[in-house]
Amino acid sequence: MSNVKQSASAGEIGAWELLTYRVGKWLKSPTPYLMLVGFALFFGAWYLLSEVFRFWRFASLPGPKAVLTEWFNPNPVYGMSLYTPDYYIHIWSSMRRVLYAFIISTGLGVPFGLFLGWSKNFREFTFPVFETLRPIPVLAWVPLAIVMFKGDETPVIFLTTLASFYATALNTMLGVQSIDVSYPRAAACLGASKWQIFRHIIIPGALPFIFTGLQISVGVAWFSLVAAEMVSGEYGLGYLILASYVNVQYPIIIIGMISVGIVGYASSALVRMAGDYMMQWRVRELALGGAR
Amino acid sequence: MSAVAADSMRRLPKRKGPGFFGNVAVRAVISLAVFIAFWEIASRLKWPWIGQAPAPSVVLDAWIPLLTDKGYWYSWVQSSRRVLSGFIAAMIIGIPLGLAMATSRIFNDITFPVFEILRPIPPLAWVPAAIIFWPTQELSIGFVIFLGAIYTIMLNVIGGARSIDIRFFQAARSMGSSNWDIFRRIILPGVLPSIIVGCEVGIGITWNVVVAAEMISGGGGAIQSRAGGGLGFFIWNTYIGGSYPLIVVGMISIGVAGWISSAIIRRLGIAVTPWLRLR
Amino acid sequence: MNAPAAQAAASKGAIRIQNVDKVYDAKEGPVQAVSDCTLDIRAGEICMIVGPSGCGKTTLLNAIAGFHDITGGSIHLDGEMLCGPERPKAEPGPDRVVVFQNGALFPWKTNLENVAFGPVVQGKMTRSQAEQKARGMMADAGLIGVEHNYPGEVSSGMRRRVEIVRALMNDPKVLLLDEPFRALDQLTKSVMHEALLEIYYRNKVTIFFITHDLEEAIFLGHRVAIMTTRPCKPKKILEVDIPHPRDYSVLTSPRFRELMEETVSAVHEEAVKAFEAGEKEM
Repeated sequence: MSNVKQSASAGEIGAWELLTYRVGKWLKSPTPYLMLVGFALFFGAWYLLSEVFRFWRFASLPGPKAVLTEWFNPNPVYGMSLYTPDYYIHIWSSMRRVLYAFIISTGLGVPFGLFLGWSKNFREFTFPVFETLRPIPVLAWVPLAIVMFKGDETPVIFLTTLASFYATALNTMLGVQSIDVSYPRAAACLGASKWQIFRHIIIPGALPFIFTGLQISVGVAWFSLVAAEMVSGEYGLGYLILASYVNVQYPIIIIGMISVGIVGYASSALVRMAGDYMMQWRVRELALGGAR
Repeated sequence: MSAVAADSMRRLPKRKGPGFFGNVAVRAVISLAVFIAFWEIASRLKWPWIGQAPAPSVVLDAWIPLLTDKGYWYSWVQSSRRVLSGFIAAMIIGIPLGLAMATSRIFNDITFPVFEILRPIPPLAWVPAAIIFWPTQELSIGFVIFLGAIYTIMLNVIGGARSIDIRFFQAARSMGSSNWDIFRRIILPGVLPSIIVGCEVGIGITWNVVVAAEMISGGGGAIQSRAGGGLGFFIWNTYIGGSYPLIVVGMISIGVAGWISSAIIRRLGIAVTPWLRLR
Repeated sequence: MNAPAAQAAASKGAIRIQNVDKVYDAKEGPVQAVSDCTLDIRAGEICMIVGPSGCGKTTLLNAIAGFHDITGGSIHLDGEMLCGPERPKAEPGPDRVVVFQNGALFPWKTNLENVAFGPVVQGKMTRSQAEQKARGMMADAGLIGVEHNYPGEVSSGMRRRVEIVRALMNDPKVLLLDEPFRALDQLTKSVMHEALLEIYYRNKVTIFFITHDLEEAIFLGHRVAIMTTRPCKPKKILEVDIPHPRDYSVLTSPRFRELMEETVSAVHEEAVKAFEAGEKEM
């Protein structure tokens, strides 16, 4: 019998050695340098067009130098930089809303999606309403949300939750449906009851799709949040972007955009890392190039 | 059915069909009816949240006169036009770009990181910058729509191109195909399903962006009517004007328009990829 | 397992398939997968089911396992009815465990957790008891050192063995194997055959083994049932009188060749029929 044990379990090659090996390899390939070329082209073009040549409409755009000096300015001209507390208040406002929306939409969406996938009865009775409401773009709900929910925060959180909920529920349902039929059958053979199958097979089996859905839902949450804040918010990055346009504080528009990008990316990455942690088996399988 | 089979069917008790309440269509109708009824009751009784919305009956009342209002249908046209032009622009640029990224390693390494960095910025965050930059409002809306759709399309194209089984290329080469042949007969059809999926997702994003952009930047319709400047503008306007039932009318209208466009894409998709149907 | 227990176990697991029909609805209309199939499987024997792809053998296995219903006839296990006129579908259970064609080890559980799964969910053992027994059975099967790996991390041959051990943990009466070695290469397959026989000699379960490989069938089985193309029904039943325990030297023995000669034309006939009918795998 085969005695060659693949050294997949960590410990044979240290994680640090592996990392340095991979980084070294990456540095030796043309990839990072081409990447720098790309960035240089992008920022270079932006800089030249808006600040140096002031070409056509680019002249009205703030250039990278203006943005960066403002962003890193301890005493910012327009009152918003890495050094002002207001900046962080806006960031935290947005983050807080996304956090609430994400928690609610995941708490509702994952179980809902699991049942949609698991129970034909449930699906046939609930999916039609779900699908009928889905084509309505989330942002079309804005005025109705303002009418339905009192206050400033609730409509915004509602909209963000709605958008995330759809992404999460749909992907979770797909996840359940994607489970190979052999798995529940094998579990049934081994004597598992329906609930045990649900717990041991359906939930872990749907996890990859669930986490894809969660990543999408975070992205969608930011998308909707920014829009909702622009239309009806008082604090937050979306509001900041619009307000600085209205107040002719153009560099802050760009600062706001970049900040949203960074925070949005970070939240997506967090979800992905959480997923990798919960699905160790998949990480290891993929690392070996897929199940042989 | 063969005689043997018919015979065997007779030996076992007749299997019961799903019955009236088991029928899928019936269940769909029941669930929608329950939902509408619940909404109506909640609205009449002024329950919180859903009860604060105008009742379905009121919405219907407000909608009927609108069906003959030219301005209302013109909003449809305006919004659809924006969606279409932005979307087509996104396809015209996104598909070749995606293909270039998938086929040329160098091009990919130069351009992909820049796109990845810009991607987390929601399209609507670009609105003020777009308004500053583009001379007309239509162009700025179009630009934002373009941004919204292009990422989905591009990513799907790249994913689709990468997932084409390498053996197809090998088979084609061994039969003497030129590069152009391979592109036309292997890469394009191979990417088509992914493009279509990207389009289906992209159109949803596009509608979102159109509606929001219309709400934010005011639409700018020339027709003097309660409803002009696109459906998003219509919704916002009626909200400002205080006629709440029309808000719901607008929402449903957009929903229908969105659904129609998705269905069109799906139909086109099926027509263009006949081989997938026969799985 | 000690000798008296093995003896007692050997009297369990007799399957009686009687006049079974299975008609299912396909897009083109009703399809008769199995027609008036009668087969007796003796307790404790290895019964090989051979036939061309798509002929309905898996349908038969699914009916025994309880995944599908039958539209006619009955199936009994040790005298008790699994499915029949009043009950078209059997209940899946740990007395008839299936080992699937493409493997159904749960990828999100370690090998040890997989093997211990059955007794734990049935409430027959605590987790630590089950894992202890699992360790023992895995060691018997030559699976040492892979307990805490995930199935995706070990070779496919190992995965098959883990799956078989997982099934055996439940003291099943019958082991239902649906072309379990189909996806393995020839070399691994021959090693797996010996591994399976080793496991069988230790546990003496009834084995219902579907394959399209005639050599595999004659090498492993006590009896080989050659099935017709769809609709499925036994065409010829071969008694393989080569004594157990067997090893790979059997493959070149004259008796083996004789048995091959007897059966290969029957199998070939059905294969040609299936080819001409353009069978797709059901």
